[in-house]
Amino acid sequence: MNNVVEVFELFLFNIIVYNIPLLYGTTGEIMIEKSGSLNLGVEGTMAIGAVAGFLFGARFDSLLVACIVSFIAAGIVGLVFSFLTVTLQANQNVTGLTITTFGVAFYYFIGNAVSNGEKGWPKFSGTQLDAQSQALNIPGLSSIPFVGKALFSHGILVYVGVLIAILMWLYFNKTVPGLKMRSIGENPAAADSLGINVTAYKYIHIIVGSGIMGLGGLYMALNMGGTFEGSNCWINGYGWIAIALVIFANWSPAKALLGTLLFGFFNTLRVQNAALAYAFPNVLGWLTKIPSHFFSALPFIITLIVLILSSMTSKGRSGEPQAIGRSYYREDR
Amino acid sequence: MKKFISMLVTAALAVSSVFALAGCNGTQGSGDQGTTPAVTGGDETDETAAPAADFKVGAIYINSQNDTSGYTFAHHKGITAAMEQVGLDPAKDLYIVDNVPEDDEKVKQAIDQLAGNGCNIIFGISFGYINAMDEKAKEYPDIIFSHATGYLSNDTNFNNYFGRIYQARYLAGIAAGYKSLATGNNNIGFVSAWGTEYAETCSGINGFTLGALSVNPNAKVYVYEISTWGDQELERQAAETLIDTYGCGVIGQHCDSAQPQIVANEKGVFGCGYNSDMTTEAPDAHLTAPIWNWDAYYATAMKAAMTNPATFMTEVGIYYEGLNAGLVDIAPLSKNCEPQTAEAIALAKDLMTKGEWDVFSGVKLSFSGDAGSVTVAKTDAALKTNEGAEIVAAGGPSVEDSVITGSMNYYVEGVTQVN
Repeated sequence: MNNVVEVFELFLFNIIVYNIPLLYGTTGEIMIEKSGSLNLGVEGTMAIGAVAGFLFGARFDSLLVACIVSFIAAGIVGLVFSFLTVTLQANQNVTGLTITTFGVAFYYFIGNAVSNGEKGWPKFSGTQLDAQSQALNIPGLSSIPFVGKALFSHGILVYVGVLIAILMWLYFNKTVPGLKMRSIGENPAAADSLGINVTAYKYIHIIVGSGIMGLGGLYMALNMGGTFEGSNCWINGYGWIAIALVIFANWSPAKALLGTLLFGFFNTLRVQNAALAYAFPNVLGWLTKIPSHFFSALPFIITLIVLILSSMTSKGRSGEPQAIGRSYYREDR
Repeated sequence: MKKFISMLVTAALAVSSVFALAGCNGTQGSGDQGTTPAVTGGDETDETAAPAADFKVGAIYINSQNDTSGYTFAHHKGITAAMEQVGLDPAKDLYIVDNVPEDDEKVKQAIDQLAGNGCNIIFGISFGYINAMDEKAKEYPDIIFSHATGYLSNDTNFNNYFGRIYQARYLAGIAAGYKSLATGNNNIGFVSAWGTEYAETCSGINGFTLGALSVNPNAKVYVYEISTWGDQELERQAAETLIDTYGCGVIGQHCDSAQPQIVANEKGVFGCGYNSDMTTEAPDAHLTAPIWNWDAYYATAMKAAMTNPATFMTEVGIYYEGLNAGLVDIAPLSKNCEPQTAEAIALAKDLMTKGEWDVFSGVKLSFSGDAGSVTVAKTDAALKTNEGAEIVAAGGPSVEDSVITGSMNYYVEGVTQVN
């Protein structure tokens, strides 16, 4: 039995390390939804970004290549989504679901093909890609008691994810293009009348948003040791949780950061409840009496409550874009 | 026009994703070809070749036939290998419906499809197929139904099959026990899909623990139950918890993915996988893994069904074999094993193969001695649960098979479930 401080530190550490993909998925989806499109293809987009990014990253043995390819591959999925929903005005829900089905199937298709191929699935352990995605050791900060391990000893992609969330918040709220993008999400006709290129804005934000999701997928692949198993997908439902998290975060990238931590807290509690009860028998001993499935349901129960509360409060405070899910057809006015 | 193109593109995307799935879906085999391959000329002496020409095998899988590891993969490998052993061609004589969930309607549809294909024997590999197979066995009396892990059967054309995997787990436990002795860390972790809810997982944990105790009497096995058959993230986190919080130095597992072994590798401890040799995934951690050689059963079943389907239930019947039939075994010991491991495992395996001793009996084995001179001693000792209740009196016979497969719901001494 290790000491209680380590158990606590590990708990905090795991909240971040296993749930950052949610932040990528959520911020990517927020960007897309804020520009007026509802993309239910998060799971599939992440899967494609993950498998493409990992395979190319392993081929060139570089994390940078992995990130770029993952961003581009997921961006291409975003391009397909934009072409279908913006240019051809297909139903966004159906297209998003199709992308999820397609993306996950693509993951298995490529994964099986590579595994059964001549060279087999690429090795990850011990490669440069592995080394580059390992936790950083920041002198001074990483060794701060209690929070040093949880906050300052992660792989680079964790910090990139946080940075993306912060930059996105600034972009939405402090820049003119961000304002224009939000106006499209609220009322594309009005934005159009002001001379904003609705189509171009939608395309760019869907592609960038999808690319961000792809990075989240890549993170999951690297975090799982990069092994492909025929009957498990790396993404494992995180894409769907991200969609719920968007609502929870009230379409704000800053709140997405908080939401990720809260969802992550319950996700981690599900796994670590026994360890916590073991380390703090008097205070937390009751944790083991709660079935683990309750912890997995908890984030969704909270989302439900948030939905109810937000629909009860005034419309003005909701961050939901008014034109979300509706195709914009210029001649429709 | 725009609408039309958009529908076209959506449809194309949908169709292409169906095809991507179809890579691992649907029925394999040449389908309803009217020309059954002619039996080769008169100089044919192989006895099995004559019925082979029109004998067809059907299989229902829970996951994809294209899996590269895991449960379905092991069965698919077993069926194709067995077919080659008995002179059938898997490319031609094997019909598969895969990705079939444990849903009675879906299983019945799959059975109807395979019956329509003219299959003579149908294997269902997942526990939840049990009711559908039971029902359909009455509807198709000429087809033999064979169900893995179940408990139902009839007198004419429906059996079940499973193996004494706990014997293989005992052997893996020996490897883990030696490692714990060598490292001086008595804590052994075990990531398990389920705990005492299923006799399969429960007997596996007990077998593994007794194996470890036969080498290291002070060993403690900490079980982390993830409450699902497969979830990579959970398996990984469970292994991390066992290593970081409970200080375990060897990680055993009964779950789908290799994540517990990969974590052991990352953290510089050791482990025993399951289902396949996980040494490739965890080169510096993996010791050995209990594995299934399903072809041992499949070949027996196919031979019996090809010879005379009417006597299948008397020839094969309810099939429950272990190390003796080669149905279960362990993967080759890796370089990470302690030097005494191979000898001790050979001794234990020999006793079980000959039927002189079994895991859940009132006699315990203890191994001692250095490499080259490992000896085994048998001592009478009661088999007790971790709560102290006596299961088998000292010197008593093994627990009944029906208990091991169906109702074992207690842990033996030395096991602690952490959650």
